[in-house]
Amino acid sequence: MNSSFDVLIVGIGGQGTILASNIIGEACLIEETPIKGVETHGMAQRGGSVESHVRIGGEFGPLIVPGGADLMIALDLLEAVRYRHYLKKGARILVNDHTVVPTSVHTQGLEMPGRDALVADLADFDLTMVDAAGLATEAGNLIVQNVVMLGAAAPSFPLKPESLEEAVRRSVPPKTLDLNLRAFALGREAGLKKE
Amino acid sequence: MVKRYLLGNEAIAHACIEAGIDFASGYPGTPSSEVVDTLRAQKEREFYIEWSVNEKVAFENALAASWCGLRSMVTMKHVGLNVAADPLMTSAYTGAKGGFVVLSADDPYAHSSQNEQDTRRYAHFAKIPCMVPASVQEAHDMMKDAFALSEAVGLPVLYRPTTRICHSKGDVDLGDVSEEHRTGAFEKDPTQYVVVPAHTRVLHKRLNEKQPAVRKAVHALGYNTAEVRGKAAVVACGIAASYVREVLPADVSFMKIGCFPVDPAWMEEFVRAHETVLIVEEGAPIVEERLRQLSCGVKVFGQMDGIVPKEGEFSPAVVADAMVQAGILAASPVPAPAAPAAGLPPRPPILCAGCPHRSVFYAIKRAFPDGIYPSDIGCYTLGLQLGTVDTTICMGASVTVGSGIAHSGEERPVVATIGDSTFLHTGIQGLINAVYNNAEITLVILDNRITAMTGHQPNPCTGETAMGEATVPVSLEALCRACGVQFVETVDPYDFTATLQVLKEAKARPGVKVVIAKQACVITAKRAKVRRGRYVVDPEVCTACGACLRFGCPAIGRDENDKAVINELCNGCGVCADLCPTGAIGKEGRR
Repeated sequence: MNSSFDVLIVGIGGQGTILASNIIGEACLIEETPIKGVETHGMAQRGGSVESHVRIGGEFGPLIVPGGADLMIALDLLEAVRYRHYLKKGARILVNDHTVVPTSVHTQGLEMPGRDALVADLADFDLTMVDAAGLATEAGNLIVQNVVMLGAAAPSFPLKPESLEEAVRRSVPPKTLDLNLRAFALGREAGLKKE
Repeated sequence: MVKRYLLGNEAIAHACIEAGIDFASGYPGTPSSEVVDTLRAQKEREFYIEWSVNEKVAFENALAASWCGLRSMVTMKHVGLNVAADPLMTSAYTGAKGGFVVLSADDPYAHSSQNEQDTRRYAHFAKIPCMVPASVQEAHDMMKDAFALSEAVGLPVLYRPTTRICHSKGDVDLGDVSEEHRTGAFEKDPTQYVVVPAHTRVLHKRLNEKQPAVRKAVHALGYNTAEVRGKAAVVACGIAASYVREVLPADVSFMKIGCFPVDPAWMEEFVRAHETVLIVEEGAPIVEERLRQLSCGVKVFGQMDGIVPKEGEFSPAVVADAMVQAGILAASPVPAPAAPAAGLPPRPPILCAGCPHRSVFYAIKRAFPDGIYPSDIGCYTLGLQLGTVDTTICMGASVTVGSGIAHSGEERPVVATIGDSTFLHTGIQGLINAVYNNAEITLVILDNRITAMTGHQPNPCTGETAMGEATVPVSLEALCRACGVQFVETVDPYDFTATLQVLKEAKARPGVKVVIAKQACVITAKRAKVRRGRYVVDPEVCTACGACLRFGCPAIGRDENDKAVINELCNGCGVCADLCPTGAIGKEGRR
């Protein structure tokens, strides 16, 4: 089947999955590695559950089949559990140690699983929890949690971390470059610690 | 040549620039919108571009540009092509002069659509060529060829990508931007452009006579390919071809259809060389219908016998499963998926924190607790989650469905909702009709000054063109009054009390009433640096009654003591403060 390294980035609309996938794409261009992917757009996805498929070395279609992903980056803990069936057995998974409670919990009176239950649901995988909010704040702004998570995942990619770092340089608005590079570096440290 | 990581729609837009496009128009619709959005974001632009009020208007504008010799394109989504179907059918008769490409993006699985119709049917119906890309690179290359093909055969060319092309990304080889640009000039020729019956009969005959040359030109492009490798074959079209290639064994033949009409002799030769043929195409069984006519004695599998799904979207797993059922694969190479986690609270798309629509819907529910609520196509369809959207059919249908219900003897009050862009698209005709025929409805125009759902394209309420030039915004109040509406009131939905009051006044009046709820989209306001400050809950005053939570704002949650708490998503609309019965919510720093 596929010879590509398949990455699933999941989160909530507005958290920056598209920027994260753009950075990976740019890193692939730098290394001259083919890349395909697909992402959620439209229908006011802000606040909704979103997924971005990225196939590094991919030569076929953009979709990752359930059970086929090599790596997951989750910008929200609940969303990590929602998409875990996309992963290969024992695949690596990096999860932001935080979840935004869906509005449906309040409006429909649904039950929200607790953090420990959600983490337990991911026990079969090579799991690393990342305090993305804390590290992003340390970098200078809460909004760079996506780049923190990407940094944390960097050691797990079949790409050189330097290529990813250069890709960050090329992909983020110039005004936010230092902020994003700090976020990437802090994330990378956190990812390496768990290796 | 330069390689870039691009969205399908961005690659398509770049191909238009490489082809030297002179004129582009469209109406936004997911997944097509980013094509024109990318074109209008170009810093140096030597072509005309517009977001039109609807697809028919956009189509006719671009067609006229083609008649003037310009390379033109019109974009829309599949359901939008229904709106433009009238000029489409006749444009095949009048033909194109400058390359004329009709981009209509299909949405298998209806990711953000009201149906799953197949645009390729329209091409067959109109007797014009259709191009269906299978990858982002091909989407780019085909778009460039589409302009030349249109000029070569003198016909509009339908270009049909799907969601997984438009919104997929890949490393794309781009060509050079064209330096060539044309100035349009219309050459009068009534026998060509005036479709009175005497001319039309000739034009129809000429269109039919063109068909063999069209088939030849399409085949010569090389997007339809076939490779014989064994006694079994798979035939695929569009993105499905990419899924097939991912799981295709080396000894199985493969035919890929990228352009229509397909040369029947070529297809027949391929089919007859096999014992088994499986056809994999998303949407309607268009290749399959043609192929089955030519298959005499060959075992054919596809949608028509239920081997391939007739609806929804394909994937490598779906394709592999069909190949197993057709006996082409012994077992699926796709891993058996683990079961998804069950019982998780869903996270559907919701109206943004501070969205003015939420407040209007909430007020409608209060003022018309027994109301019937026809609605329309836009972000506000998400009012479904607030219980104030009872029907949604297509653009403009809220007003017409509303008046239809009101004329049916229904006693409950009818309150229809429609956005500003949708109202101008096809809502206004319904309003004219409702007033003229004395319907008994309240129409609430949710006027957020922009076409928000598809990515904030300007519309005639915005006051800015697609080119970024300031222009005259339409007056919805004057427009509604000109339709004959006596009760036209404009409210600010952030003023909940006043909004509720005006809705109650409307309820008390007879006939057609229009309430214009005017407040800029919260995202555009944020981008324009409008800062309203945040709201906070005083936990000492909050009684945990949950009134604010029922408002459904994503900025409001509960703390560990079940009391309300407002998070960082708050955009400061302040409506929750109006709703709180104990006065526990107020502006940050004010208490």
